Amino acid sequence: MLSRRWALSIVVAGLGLVAGAGGCEKKSEAPKGPAPAAKTPDSGSKAGTEAPKAGGAAADKAPPSGTGPILIGHYGSLTGSEATFGKSTSEGIRLAIKEFNAAGGLNGRMVEVKEYDTKGDAKEAKLAVERLVKSDGVVAVLGEVASGLSLAGGPVCQEAGVPMISPSSTNPRVTKIGDMIFRVCFIDPFQGFVGAKFARENLKAAKAAMLYDQKAPYSVGLAQEFKKAFEKLGGQVVAEQTYNGGDQDFTAQLTSIRGGKPDVIYVPGYYTDIGNIALQTRKLNISAPLLGGDGWDSEELGKIAGDAIKGSFYSNHYAPDQADAAVKDFIKRYQAEFNGKTPDGLAALGYDAACLLFDAMKRSKSLGGRDLRDAIAATRDFKGVTGSITIDENRDAKKGAVIVEMAGSPLGPKFRAQINP
Amino acid sequence: MADFLQILVTAVAVGSLYALIALGYTMVYGILKFINFAHSDVFVLGAWTGFTASTLLISRFSISGPPPLWLGPLVLVTAMVVCGLVGFTIERLAYKPLRKAPRLNVLITAIGVSLLLQNVGQLQFPIAPDLALPFGASPKRMPELLPDAALLTMSFGDNQVVIGLVDVIIVVSAITLMLALEVLVYRTRLGAAMRAVSFNTDNAALMGIPVDRVISITFVTGAMLAAAAGFLYSMKYPGLNQPAHEVWVLLGLKAFVAAVVGGIGNVRGAVLGGFLIALIEFMGQFVWARTLDQWFSTSMAPTLRDVYVFAVLIIVLLVKPTGLLGTPIREKV
Repeated sequence: MLSRRWALSIVVAGLGLVAGAGGCEKKSEAPKGPAPAAKTPDSGSKAGTEAPKAGGAAADKAPPSGTGPILIGHYGSLTGSEATFGKSTSEGIRLAIKEFNAAGGLNGRMVEVKEYDTKGDAKEAKLAVERLVKSDGVVAVLGEVASGLSLAGGPVCQEAGVPMISPSSTNPRVTKIGDMIFRVCFIDPFQGFVGAKFARENLKAAKAAMLYDQKAPYSVGLAQEFKKAFEKLGGQVVAEQTYNGGDQDFTAQLTSIRGGKPDVIYVPGYYTDIGNIALQTRKLNISAPLLGGDGWDSEELGKIAGDAIKGSFYSNHYAPDQADAAVKDFIKRYQAEFNGKTPDGLAALGYDAACLLFDAMKRSKSLGGRDLRDAIAATRDFKGVTGSITIDENRDAKKGAVIVEMAGSPLGPKFRAQINP
Repeated sequence: MADFLQILVTAVAVGSLYALIALGYTMVYGILKFINFAHSDVFVLGAWTGFTASTLLISRFSISGPPPLWLGPLVLVTAMVVCGLVGFTIERLAYKPLRKAPRLNVLITAIGVSLLLQNVGQLQFPIAPDLALPFGASPKRMPELLPDAALLTMSFGDNQVVIGLVDVIIVVSAITLMLALEVLVYRTRLGAAMRAVSFNTDNAALMGIPVDRVISITFVTGAMLAAAAGFLYSMKYPGLNQPAHEVWVLLGLKAFVAAVVGGIGNVRGAVLGGFLIALIEFMGQFVWARTLDQWFSTSMAPTLRDVYVFAVLIIVLLVKPTGLLGTPIREKV
């Protein structure tokens, strides 16, 4: 009897191990393989096959005409963990619409925005875009910020033949969904390079450690690109650790990292996790600066992490204290509209995405999906707040990046370096 | 060595919090024989009430710099009282009308209450700058109520083991609360009444025990312990996630696993289970990171932390379904 019980428990333990191994195999592939990450199972694979179909669908649809208001759509995380992403973008878009309408709109037609909350969830993002293009009949869609969510919403736009402009999704796969999908920000290979270059040349770092969110395509992609660039520039990545977005405890990862004695720790996550990571890094007496990507960009970051984040850097689309007339003017108008709030990079990109769309509308033959798409694709040297935007053949924007440091009081991003492609 | 001890420290601190939450699950199960799924949301409520109370007090008394020593305990008590009241209300409104209904109905009601709390927690009614009630949808920073000092720093070669004041306070207050509960359950008349109700509700009523009142008190006690755990958790991890974040649900689930592993319905089992689950979670991660990850040069240890916990649950359910300290219930046919 006893021996049978033991046999059973050993089998169970074995099964547990196998299940564990199976699970990890699957997960470890997410960062490496070209397969889409767990959250967006259908987006990547669908993309290729549906691209050619989309043109037909768009041509079939009668271009919306008439004299009523022009409806555009926005989907973003207005609530949820990354709420400031969606809110900032939304504010940027609304400011752009207000200014465009005040200047007479499109030959007298006003623009209105229909907005849905994605709650930071891929399923909600897909639903939101379906409602926008199918029920509301918008002429174009703006959004999302997080790459994982753009990958969920993008295929819907592609299938329906409605152009989509992501203000700030940096994962390269986003615009590969199809020819209807654009973005006005740089992409991860460049952002990873910017981080690596800054670490090597400005911080003189020889050894770097990485800690990234293995659930977010954004974070995984950025970490890979950073590693590639950092090693190419002669640096060495001494530790590579992952976490799951939303995790609270990073002791195991950070003790591993501290063993490698890195000069800099690359943490390309979202700001909600960065707070706890920074606090625990400093608590373990690790003094190396943290370096991140534009996912850090939120006024909440300084509040959550406090002094622990002081002296850390991240790459971003613009810096509010940049000595640039267009930036200064934008900040003034934004502050007048939203109670003196300083716009973050996402607000600036939301504004630029909307303005670029209006510019394309003016040049477009009609507001039909195909015509509008062609007009957006033909954008050259559009003067945005976040720099001069040229849409390239991959429907990505070619532009430079800035590196900011968390400094000053109240703690906020301060311009440190400008890095161009 | 330093890394091992550092992780041990974290595991003990987190384990004592799991134990506090597990106590609430186990007490309710012991008496009403159903799993109160809303319990993890009461825990979240505890953390967020702590945030609201401390932010409000700091701005009301315009405290700048390190907060006075009385603030921490005051906030802890506030969170416990608020959650106790919420626990009482939940029991009265949601579970009491179902006392005679099949257990499945109560279980589904519990899930409903859980969803209700999660979503109400996201509403926003600004009561002061940077402060909203109930709590809103964005993450917030818990103010530092304790000096964030390293109490003890031991060096092992290049690396150090840092034991923070917060860790010590978490463990000490959790153990104090658990001892208080032990005294309440096994040394007082009320505790005897609780045990009698958990043994057999009808017989207890025949003996003149006010069953409804005892059940209410059990709920309130469980909720207060969860609130304390929530507050202490927010001290250790000051970046508070928004109330409906999946991480909170996972935390509650782990505490539930702890209650089951220790033997659901058994108070000492819940404490044992809490520490055990945390040790397995953190040590599993540590061992995996130091061995398999290095052999195969991967970094999957953190991804697997939840797997260890639930694997332990499966093993315990297969080998000893009543849990480590649980006693089998004989059902008469």
